Amino acid sequence: MTTTTASPGTPPVEIHDLHKHFGSTRALDGLDLTVREGEVAGFLGPNGAGKSTTIRVLLGLLRATSGRARLLGGDPWSDAVTLHRRLAYVPGDVTLWPNLTGGEAIDFLSRLRGKPDVRRKKELLEAFELDPTKKARTYSKGNRQKVALVAALAADVPLLILDEPTSGLDPLMEAVFTEQVRHAKERGASVLLSSHILSEVEKVCDTVTIIRSGRAVESGTLDELRHLTRSNVTAVVDGDPAGVSRVDGVHDLATVDDPEGTRVTFDVDNAAIGEVLTALSALGVRSFTAAPPSLEELFMRHYGEDVSEGPTSGEPAAAGAR
Amino acid sequence: MSAAVAAPPTTRGGSTLAGTGHLVRFMLRRDRVRLAVWTGSLVAFYAYFTFALDTVFADPASQQGRAAVMETPAGIVMGGPGYGLDHYTTGVAMANEGITWVVLALAIFSILHMVRHTRAEEESSRSELVRAAVVGRHAPAVAAATTLVVAQAVIAVLSALAMAAVGGLAVVDSFAMTVGSALSALVFGGVALVACQVTAHARAATGLSLAVFGVAFAVRAVGDMQETGGSALSWLSPIAWAQQTRAFVDLRWWPLLLSVVATVALLWVASVLASRRDFGGGLVADRPGRPEARASLRGPLAMAWLQQRGALLWSCLGLGLLWFATGTLLPQIGTMIGDVIADNPVAQQIFGADPSQLSVSFVGVMILYAALCCAGYAIVMSQRPKEEESSGRGEVVFSHPVSRTRWLGAQAVVAGLGTAVLLAVSVYAVWFGAVVVDFHDQTFGDYSVVFWTYLPALAVYVGLVLALYGWAPRFTGAAWALLAYTFVVGMFGSVFEIPDWAYRISPFDWVPEAFSGEVAGGDVAMLWGVALVLGLLGFVGFRRRDLTTG
Repeated sequence: MTTTTASPGTPPVEIHDLHKHFGSTRALDGLDLTVREGEVAGFLGPNGAGKSTTIRVLLGLLRATSGRARLLGGDPWSDAVTLHRRLAYVPGDVTLWPNLTGGEAIDFLSRLRGKPDVRRKKELLEAFELDPTKKARTYSKGNRQKVALVAALAADVPLLILDEPTSGLDPLMEAVFTEQVRHAKERGASVLLSSHILSEVEKVCDTVTIIRSGRAVESGTLDELRHLTRSNVTAVVDGDPAGVSRVDGVHDLATVDDPEGTRVTFDVDNAAIGEVLTALSALGVRSFTAAPPSLEELFMRHYGEDVSEGPTSGEPAAAGAR
Repeated sequence: MSAAVAAPPTTRGGSTLAGTGHLVRFMLRRDRVRLAVWTGSLVAFYAYFTFALDTVFADPASQQGRAAVMETPAGIVMGGPGYGLDHYTTGVAMANEGITWVVLALAIFSILHMVRHTRAEEESSRSELVRAAVVGRHAPAVAAATTLVVAQAVIAVLSALAMAAVGGLAVVDSFAMTVGSALSALVFGGVALVACQVTAHARAATGLSLAVFGVAFAVRAVGDMQETGGSALSWLSPIAWAQQTRAFVDLRWWPLLLSVVATVALLWVASVLASRRDFGGGLVADRPGRPEARASLRGPLAMAWLQQRGALLWSCLGLGLLWFATGTLLPQIGTMIGDVIADNPVAQQIFGADPSQLSVSFVGVMILYAALCCAGYAIVMSQRPKEEESSGRGEVVFSHPVSRTRWLGAQAVVAGLGTAVLLAVSVYAVWFGAVVVDFHDQTFGDYSVVFWTYLPALAVYVGLVLALYGWAPRFTGAAWALLAYTFVVGMFGSVFEIPDWAYRISPFDWVPEAFSGEVAGGDVAMLWGVALVLGLLGFVGFRRRDLTTG
C-alpha cells in the first residue's frame, strides 16, 4: 500500500495563525497546528475550544477569516474536491439517512470516493461488530459512529481526520478503534485525532496539541510535554523528610507514619528530580515510586482555572486527582 | 398490579397510571403552540367553508346546482352520502360535503398526536427518562389520549359556535356535526395507539394508521355510491358514523355511539398489547434491510432521488386521484356554475360573467389550484438540501470528493424534475377524468399547452428557494410567502381590484390564461429567465458560504 502525499516532506496538515470569526465570536484566534507525515497527532481540548471548527476549515466546509491552512499540499477551500480523494473523515456526531441501512450508507460513502475495498469493509464490520442490515434510524449513537468509522477506515487514504470519533463507543470498541488507528499508522497514513478522552490520546498519539479558546497553548511530543510538568513521588524513608520540602520545585509534601518509617508523598518539577533524589537517599530509602504526569494533569494545568476557582488557580489543580 | 411485588401502600392506587396528571400538563405545555395552530386552523376551516357556501351558493337555484354535482360518483367520493339533496341549504352542504374533509384533518391530527406522544417518545428514548420517574406503564398513552380528547372537544365546541355565528346555522345540528367529526377522528387516534404497540417505529405507526384511514375513506365512498344515504358497506367506516347523524336534515344522535364504543375498544386493545410488550419494542420484529447498497446508489444524484422518490410517488398518487375526480365533474360544472353566477357578483368576478366560457374558466381555476399544489411541492423539495445540511448528513458527504455544485445540482435536478412530473400528472389527470366521462371541450393538446406554460412559473419557485438557500439559508421559508401571495392574487385579485404591478409579482400572473388559446412567448421566456437567474444566484452563493453544521 502506497500512501505518499503529492510532495514528500510537506506536512499533511499545516496551520499557521488561523482565525475564524462567527460574527463577534472568535472561534479560532491564531491557531497553529501541524501534523507531520506518518504521525498520529492528538488534538486536545474541551468542548467549545475550537477543535471542530479547525477540522471544518480543513475540510473546506468553513472559510477561514485569516491565516494560513494547508492540507496535503493544497488549499482546503479551493481544492476541496481533489483533496478529499486523499482523506477520510469521521465526525463526532454522525447523522445518517434514516431510511437506509448502515451497510447502504457505508457503500454510498465509499463509492463517493471511488472504488471501494469490499474485503476491507468486511473486516472492519467484523472488527466493530456492526450489523449492516439495520436501518439507520434504529441505530444507537455508538452504532452510527461505527458506520462512519467503517466507511472512513476502509479507505486507503494518506490522511485520516477524526473528530472525537469514539464518542458513544464502549471500552471494547475503543480498543478496536485504537488498534485500527495503529494499523493506519503502520501503512503510512497520517492521523489528526481530536479528542477530549486523554487515555485515548495517550495510547495512540505521537504528538499532542492542546487548544484553548481557539489557540494552541501547548504542543509537542508526549515526552516533551511531560517534561514540562511534575512527577508524583511516594517514598518510605527512615529519617525526617522535612528537609525535602526545602528543595526548590517540591510541592504539596505530606507525611504519614508507616510501620517501616515515614511515608512521604509530594509532587516535584521534573527539572528538580536529581536534587530530590539526593536529598531522599540521605534519609535512607525503604521504598520509592515515581509516577510520570498523566495527560490529564497536563490538561488540567491548562484548564485548571476553569475548573477550580480561587487564587490557587495557577497551580496544577489535578495534582491530587490521580 | 402484580401480586408478587410487595409494593408500599402509597403506590398501589396509581400503579400503571401513576403520574398521568403530570404528563397531561406537560403535554399541554409542550404542545401549546402546536395545539393552538391546529385548533385555529380547523375552526377557521369550518368558518371559511360555511362562509364560502353561504356567499357563493346563496339562492336555491345555485344550491340545487351544487346538489346535482353531489349526486355524481365523483361528488359522492369527495362529498358525502347525499342526505337532503332535495333542499341543499348551507347547513346540509356543510354536513354532506364537509364531514369527509373535516374528519380527514382531525384524524391526521389525532394520529400525529398519539404517535408523537407515545411511540415517537419511546423511540427517541426521551420517555425512558420519564418512565424511570414515578410514572406508570400506561401513563403516557392515557395522558396522550386525554389531551387529544380535550383538544378535540375544544375544536368541536369552537367550530360549532363559529358555524352558528358565521352562517346562522342551527346550533344543535352544528354541534352534532362537529362533535360527530371529533368522535370519528378519535377512532383513528385509537387506531394509532394500537399501531404504536404493533410496530416499534413512529413513522411506521403513522403510516399504518394513515393506511387504515385510507381504507375507511374508500369504504365510505364505495358504500355511499351504491345507495343514496349510504349502504351497509358505508357503516363499516368511522367517517360514515359522523355523516349518518343526518345533521341539518333529520338529526339522530345514536350513530355517534358507534364511534365511542370503537374508540374505547381500540384503547382497550392497545392497553392489552402494551402490557405484553417490552419498553421500546414492538409486536412485529424489525425486518433486516440490505447489507449492501444497490449498484445504482452511486453519487449524489442517486441519493437525492432515493430521498425524494417516496414523497413524489405519494404526491402523484394523491393529487392525481384528486384531479382525476375533478376532471370527471367537468360536464356538470357548466350547469352548476351557470346557476351560481346568474345573480352573484362575487362568483362572477372569480369565474367571469360569460356563460359560454364557464366550464373553461372553471377548469382554469382547477388548474390554478393544481399548479399551486405543485408549487408547494417545489418549495418543500427545494428545501431538502437545507435539511441535509443542517442535519449533518451534508457534512459527511462533503468530506468526500463531491463538489458543492454537483451536490446542490443533484438536489435541484431531482426536485425540479419531480415538480415537472407532478405537474404533468395533475394536468393530464384532469384531462383523463374528462375523457372518461366523454367530455371533450379541451383537447390533449390544450392541456399540454397548460403544462408547458405553468412549468416555468414553478421553476421560479425552485429558483427562489435555491437563491435563498445559497445566500440566506435561514430564510428559505420566505418562498411560502410568495406562494400565499400567488394564491390570493390568483383567486381574489379581481375582487380586491389590486394594481397591475402587484399582479406581476406573482409568477402565475405571467402564465397565459389556461385554454385561452393565446400564449405570450415573451412572458414564458421571462419566467424561464427569472428561474434561471435565481437558480444560478443560489449556486454562486452556496459555493461561497460557510456550511452550517452540527
